[in-house]
Amino acid sequence: MGKLYKFLKYSFITIWTVFVVAPFLWALTTSFKDFNSVNGGATYIPWVDFEPKLEGWKVLIKSPANGGVDIIEPYFNSLFVTCTASLISIVLGTLSAYALSRFTFKAGFVKNNDITFFFISQRIMPPIVLSIPFFLFLGAINLLDSLIGLIVVYIVLLMPIAVWIMVDFFNKVPREIDETALIDGCNPYQAFFKVVLPNSVPGLIVAGMFCIIFGWIDFFFAFILTFTEVQLLPVKIVALNSSITPWWSLSASALVSVAPLIIVAFIVERYLSKGNLSGAIK
Amino acid sequence: MNLIAENLLYKPDEQFHLNEVSFNFKKGNIYTILGRTLSGKTTLLKTIAGLLTPDKGAIQFEDKDFLKVPVWERNVAMVYQQFINYPHLNVFENVAFPLKQRKVDNQEINDVVLKSLKSVGLEGYEKRKIQELSGGQQQRVSLARSLVKNAKILLLDEPLVNLDYKLREQLREEFKNIFSQGLSEESIVIFSTTDPREAMELNGEVIVLDEGKVLQVGPAKEIFENPKTLKVAEISNDPPMNILTANIESNKIKFEGIEIDIPNHLSNLKDNNFNLGVRASDIELNEKGFEFEVELAEISGSETLLHLTRGDTKLITSIEEVMNFNIHDKVKISFNITKVYAFNESGILASSPFGGSYV
Repeated sequence: MGKLYKFLKYSFITIWTVFVVAPFLWALTTSFKDFNSVNGGATYIPWVDFEPKLEGWKVLIKSPANGGVDIIEPYFNSLFVTCTASLISIVLGTLSAYALSRFTFKAGFVKNNDITFFFISQRIMPPIVLSIPFFLFLGAINLLDSLIGLIVVYIVLLMPIAVWIMVDFFNKVPREIDETALIDGCNPYQAFFKVVLPNSVPGLIVAGMFCIIFGWIDFFFAFILTFTEVQLLPVKIVALNSSITPWWSLSASALVSVAPLIIVAFIVERYLSKGNLSGAIK
Repeated sequence: MNLIAENLLYKPDEQFHLNEVSFNFKKGNIYTILGRTLSGKTTLLKTIAGLLTPDKGAIQFEDKDFLKVPVWERNVAMVYQQFINYPHLNVFENVAFPLKQRKVDNQEINDVVLKSLKSVGLEGYEKRKIQELSGGQQQRVSLARSLVKNAKILLLDEPLVNLDYKLREQLREEFKNIFSQGLSEESIVIFSTTDPREAMELNGEVIVLDEGKVLQVGPAKEIFENPKTLKVAEISNDPPMNILTANIESNKIKFEGIEIDIPNHLSNLKDNNFNLGVRASDIELNEKGFEFEVELAEISGSETLLHLTRGDTKLITSIEEVMNFNIHDKVKISFNITKVYAFNESGILASSPFGGSYV
């Protein structure tokens, strides 16, 4: 029984690993190919199957004047917009979530749950519904095609995620911990920062991770709300497509674009397995 | 200088959590709030701590309007029935937290915290994480944290209820020790519990609370010997006092076809219907006694609790040994009639074996 279970477990893990890693392997080999190697059928082993070339990678950093596409600027634009919007969303979202979790709001028939739902409802609507209002709104305040405009829009998109995750998380942190902090001489702000927040690190990390992922991979709004001044990475990658699809530089840019997410995932994975809340309350 | 509450009323929903609660607590004393679950004990403690604001009423402490003082300036300490500590801090940091908050200097914090940890038997655990401790140890940490503050009001909300039997006994002893030595004349200890034995052992002033209402206030012994009403008698006994609806007529107690000669302390009652209160421990198996049917027998520790019926009358008796019974067995019991309480039909104590009467 135990042996069979082990066998099945490891078989499953192996198959799954192949399933997950294969596309990356494919992208990695393709990024070192040129036109002939790509069209020469499925080949995987460099130097044996095909002659590796660095052309796909070089194009990414060359300026357009030299026949490159230069993804460096869009890359840093994307990093800047994603990180700033995520950070602001986490800060605002965490504070809102704490308020929604701990205090009772009442405005007519609107209560805590309705407010929480209002936040989440921003994500229930299909993005296309929001695109025109966003376009008009940013146009009106002269922030179309600008980093700040994108940050504003991304905060609207990311903050609901932060609120949603953190409300749930704070609801699981026993209220008695806040109360004990108050009794021990903290005012409500100190209770939040000195006691509740340090115990919410796992929740903050999860919320932060979701914000970063959703911000980083957004194509739709980056595409609609920018033209020439500012470009984000996903838009730039799509723009690589011309009459001949350059699979090599597409693969290379795909790899550099997922790199930050992979790094984040590794850091977070270690941290999440360490952090837990047990012991706060039995 | 006392802690005085006047007509505290708290009714957040359909039910009263506090219903016209008034008290006057003096410094240097232990007060036990005795009541069943949901009787308003926690609400009362939280109101004193400042975590809840009553709808009506006033609290005064040291001649100040306490309701105007925010929680964090009230200088109270509280231990919850759940073991509440700060999970991100180790044992030492947990206990030091209130002192750090007060900006006490580090050397003093060090001394006070170590002394406090010693007094609750947690020497050498300073560096441990809270999660690594057992429930009893976690509760000791929160007790230590509440003691270092030297608070003028110490609130203990059923601190022993979530512990296992043995730990509870052990910690109860320690509570008594800590209270008897460490307590300054300046502080008030308020201890809430559902367990009448705990109230009796702490031997302070007892406040019996039910559905948010204070039923009786008095020394533990007085509550035990002369419970004002049926309700108090039920709450202050575990298992709850048995209530027999009986008729007293020409010096006989009559119920369910049983007739017993009236004991001395009930002899001056006028003939009428009464609710007689008999403690479970005052009923014993006796071959010459009255026949009852076993409804349920539960073994609890080293004693057996027998639930008995006869007609409409239900009784619980505790037997000081482990015995096995089957349901529907017939047993014979007798009453220790000199220990019977008589409550009138509206439930007020008419006569107790200790001479009390509220009629």
